[in-house]
Amino acid sequence: MTSLDRFPFDRCASELLVALRVGHVTSEDLVQAALAQIEKYDPHVGAFLAVRGEKALDQAREIDRRRARGEKLGLLAGIPVAVKDNLCMEGEPTTCASRMLANFVPPYDATVVARLKAADAVIIGKTNLDEFAMGGSTETSAFQKTRNPWDLERIPGGSSGGAAACVAARMVPLSVGSDTGGSIRQPAALCGVTGLKPTYGRVSRYGLVAFASSLDQIGPLAQSVEDCALLLEVLAGHDPRDATSINRPVPPYRELVFQRPDAIKIGYVPEMLSDGVSPDVVRTMEETLNVFRSLGAEIREVALPHARYAVATYYIIACSEASSNLARYDGVHYGYRTDEKAMLAELAEERRRLQQEGNLAALDDLDTALVRLYRKTRAEGFGAEVKRRIMLGTYALSAGYYDAYYLKALKVRRLIRQDYDQAFERVDMILGPVTPAPAFRIGEKINDPLAMYLFDLFTVSANLAGIPALAFPAGLSTEGLPIGVQLQGPPLSEERLLQMGYLFQQVTDWHRRRPPLIENDRLLS
Amino acid sequence: MSLTRQEIEKVALLARLILTPEEVEEMTGQLGRVLEYMALLNEVDTEGVEPLAHAVEFANVFREDRVEKSLDREIALANAPHRDDECYLVPAVLGDV
Amino acid sequence: MGERPYKIVIGLEVHVQLLTESKLFCGCSTKFGAPPNTQTCPVCIGMPGVLPVMNRKAFELAVKTGLALNGEIARFSKWDRKNYYYPDLPKGYQISQYDLPICRGGYLDIPAEDGEGTRRIGIIRVHLEEDAGKSMHDEKAGRADSRIDLNRAGTPLLEIVTKPDLRSPTEAKTFLTELKLLLNYLEVSDCNMQEGSLRVDANINLHIPTDDGQYVATPIVEVKNMNSFRAVERALTYEAQRQYEAFLETGHKLGDVPKQTRGWDEDAQITRPQRSKEESSDYRYFPEPDLVPVTITEEELERIRATLGELPAEIRRRLQTTYQITAYDSDVIVNQGRAFVDYYCRLAQGCGDGKMAANWVQQDVLRTLNERQWTIAQFPVSADNLAELLRKVRGGELDTAKARMVFAEMVEQCCSAGEAIQRLGIVQVDEGELRRLCEELVAANPRVVAEVKAGKDKAIGSLVGQAKKRNPNINPARVKEICLELIQRQS
Repeated sequence: MTSLDRFPFDRCASELLVALRVGHVTSEDLVQAALAQIEKYDPHVGAFLAVRGEKALDQAREIDRRRARGEKLGLLAGIPVAVKDNLCMEGEPTTCASRMLANFVPPYDATVVARLKAADAVIIGKTNLDEFAMGGSTETSAFQKTRNPWDLERIPGGSSGGAAACVAARMVPLSVGSDTGGSIRQPAALCGVTGLKPTYGRVSRYGLVAFASSLDQIGPLAQSVEDCALLLEVLAGHDPRDATSINRPVPPYRELVFQRPDAIKIGYVPEMLSDGVSPDVVRTMEETLNVFRSLGAEIREVALPHARYAVATYYIIACSEASSNLARYDGVHYGYRTDEKAMLAELAEERRRLQQEGNLAALDDLDTALVRLYRKTRAEGFGAEVKRRIMLGTYALSAGYYDAYYLKALKVRRLIRQDYDQAFERVDMILGPVTPAPAFRIGEKINDPLAMYLFDLFTVSANLAGIPALAFPAGLSTEGLPIGVQLQGPPLSEERLLQMGYLFQQVTDWHRRRPPLIENDRLLS
Repeated sequence: MSLTRQEIEKVALLARLILTPEEVEEMTGQLGRVLEYMALLNEVDTEGVEPLAHAVEFANVFREDRVEKSLDREIALANAPHRDDECYLVPAVLGDV
Repeated sequence: MGERPYKIVIGLEVHVQLLTESKLFCGCSTKFGAPPNTQTCPVCIGMPGVLPVMNRKAFELAVKTGLALNGEIARFSKWDRKNYYYPDLPKGYQISQYDLPICRGGYLDIPAEDGEGTRRIGIIRVHLEEDAGKSMHDEKAGRADSRIDLNRAGTPLLEIVTKPDLRSPTEAKTFLTELKLLLNYLEVSDCNMQEGSLRVDANINLHIPTDDGQYVATPIVEVKNMNSFRAVERALTYEAQRQYEAFLETGHKLGDVPKQTRGWDEDAQITRPQRSKEESSDYRYFPEPDLVPVTITEEELERIRATLGELPAEIRRRLQTTYQITAYDSDVIVNQGRAFVDYYCRLAQGCGDGKMAANWVQQDVLRTLNERQWTIAQFPVSADNLAELLRKVRGGELDTAKARMVFAEMVEQCCSAGEAIQRLGIVQVDEGELRRLCEELVAANPRVVAEVKAGKDKAIGSLVGQAKKRNPNINPARVKEICLELIQRQS
């Protein structure tokens, strides 16, 4: 075995694939390196909820054996990959970072997991997330916090915080996350890595534990655009098990990414660079626009007039769908169930008390055992943010409020989509910030849900409109924290976004910067 | 748009949640503020605008009427919190026929 | 039906399970009777991350039904979630249709109670939805647990809601019988209440006339838990009377009290108030994000319409006019299904006498099928063969009694009429031989002849008796005819 760099996962997955092919390194080496990196840094970063070390090594060895025999191997053969823990993996706990599913072991693979296996990727482990993907900081995980490798006192972003952090910390070259309102792009930007939310329907949702069905999408995270292209090609494609998946052939993204696109017009929305956005972000945006100008792109101003309504629209729709998607967690068929004996005793006690008081009305209203089972199970199994969103969604859908909230939001959603349709008649893609500021401190916004929601203002529109968006590192703040930008395009325009992103990464090196934690190979106190 | 405690209790029942008095207090405030913010949407003129429920434009996705292998019962029930050898178990749903 | 002091108003909500091989959203089998929880998968269990995909055949059966009920098929229809909590509803919501169902309007004509003509019962809507699982109350070892079986969860259901056009419990039963017949013919559903492939809830109230020529409406009651068509009739009969007595006592009108739900108790033969489903009022319907809408073109509609086949009402009419049989006869035949109808028609055409054919199929054929537990497809006597037998009876070669013996032999031996006759040793006496015999007898019995001429028709019996003695194979009726003819010709 030829010696590896100190951090093998500084290299692109594509380079590693070459190294594997020519025999400079084995898959077992890569997995060992990943496990070693995880062992060293994850106690501090907390990216992984579960690491399947032995199984991964077995798989790696098997792939090495097959390679030695000259067998045909998949596109990702031997590459370690991390998967967000809201993607079902047969035989492995899939917890969604919730007490509710702490012991849930699915009897089936998500379609994307099956595709990863078919591509001979080696799944190293499941990464941490905000509970049920509801959050923008990974702070609502029931099990552990994930810390930003660039500053362990700060959030990694969310909800795919673990998936972004493990790539940033060079534990694996590739990870798979999910994006409902920015949950791939935002942590990617805050952790200085690249992430893509594909067109809605481009990647099958079968096996992704649903948060908001009309908004959820699965996508790749990596250090480089070309790696995202490679992983996207493996993940994408029509799935007969997902009625909302697009039935169109998957372009060879991994090859197309290197092609130089013809004259590209890039739009940007001046209002997005105004008050409320940190000067670091504004500066990064301006510098990025300059880079694209120098690459030959024509820069134009565009308008997205309904963008200011996007957060409200998003949260009504997302919470409404979520309140329904999470109704299945009732302690009956799988997942957490409250202590039934204690619950029945408590109920009996309440009944006795009310009878003593002669409170007939309350007695009549008293929960049945079944109803109390549901209520206690869900109250104990879900965390505060999940409960808040369920309450909000239930309210928005309830009789008398449906028209004012949910229906209204669906109409504004169409207007937001129309804004994009009109903008894309004038430009090929829109460049914009991902977040209004770099990563904030852990605990800073957790008690102010509205402030947390407003941090999503730049990312939610792409989910509402169902369009693809590529986030990549484009600068550092004055404090040395990563700042990302995103390119949004019309439906099924992933190739061009990837091509422009790749071009940007050819002339800049933000995506190669390492978090100080890794750079200095010591732990910041 | 402020929520009353009664409304919170009603929604909690609909959502099959049970809230402590502190949670009711906190939730009433937090949700109230969020809903106030949502009122922003009233500014938008949506007269004649069709709701957009799906991000995809297509229709008519079907599967053929073919039987596929079901899960083995043991596997199906493997994650059940409370079961006997054949079924999931819940406290009796009395009063139903 | 005596004069009631009130008018009964009934609407039915019928759920039928569709005859598909697999469930509505997944590939699990829909076969009835499997051991609990052996026909489930992650999709119908509602496990985290799963998604539904629509069964094409279920959708087509729904369209077929709507067309057969003369309804308006929506060119664009969509799916909605109906959210409520129940252990047999694993996702916590049912995928159904709310505001854009597959079919709106329509009607089913049913035979009128008084036997004159038909009554048109309006349909409000028909839509497709998934079934829930089953919860079984288990009193084993004094434990009060309910056991949940999800085999049924995800089975395709058609919900058919009628207008409140039914005017009596008997009419309600007739409607269900007619609906079942129609859906059997369409091969849409078995409509077997015992197996649960048809369930019905009824909404019933009364219109009680007031002195000023108007009427007052009583509160509507929903009646559930009726397990057979007869139970429907009995339950609604009981409920109508109960409502009348309740009105006399309380004077409650529609709107005075909330809608009540009552369950039929088959043992006690009464309805009892039932605790309504938890939070049944707020289902928080919203469009199902995991399923795309369905559009249907005119061409597809026509294609499906062409698969309806002749429907029971049309067939009844056709049989009556073509074969000159009564409404009752046509009912019996049509009730036996398409294959039986085809058998009858072939038989009637083959023997040339619709009425005779109707008698034979209703009595002899049907009786044999029931005794042997055969379907008409398994019946060993083909229509052609039976037609041959009936032609012989018509032609006088066989009397009815002998024909029945031959029929029985044909059933046992799976042979033709001719073969059976031979096997039984029945010698058919041809017409000429018969005539000669009669001429002989008439000539040899002048006293009998005189009696007959004098008006004593019965005396002819002695000639028939003698003819039988001479040749046991003669057709007594024919002998009587010929002798009478000869005697008449004499004078």
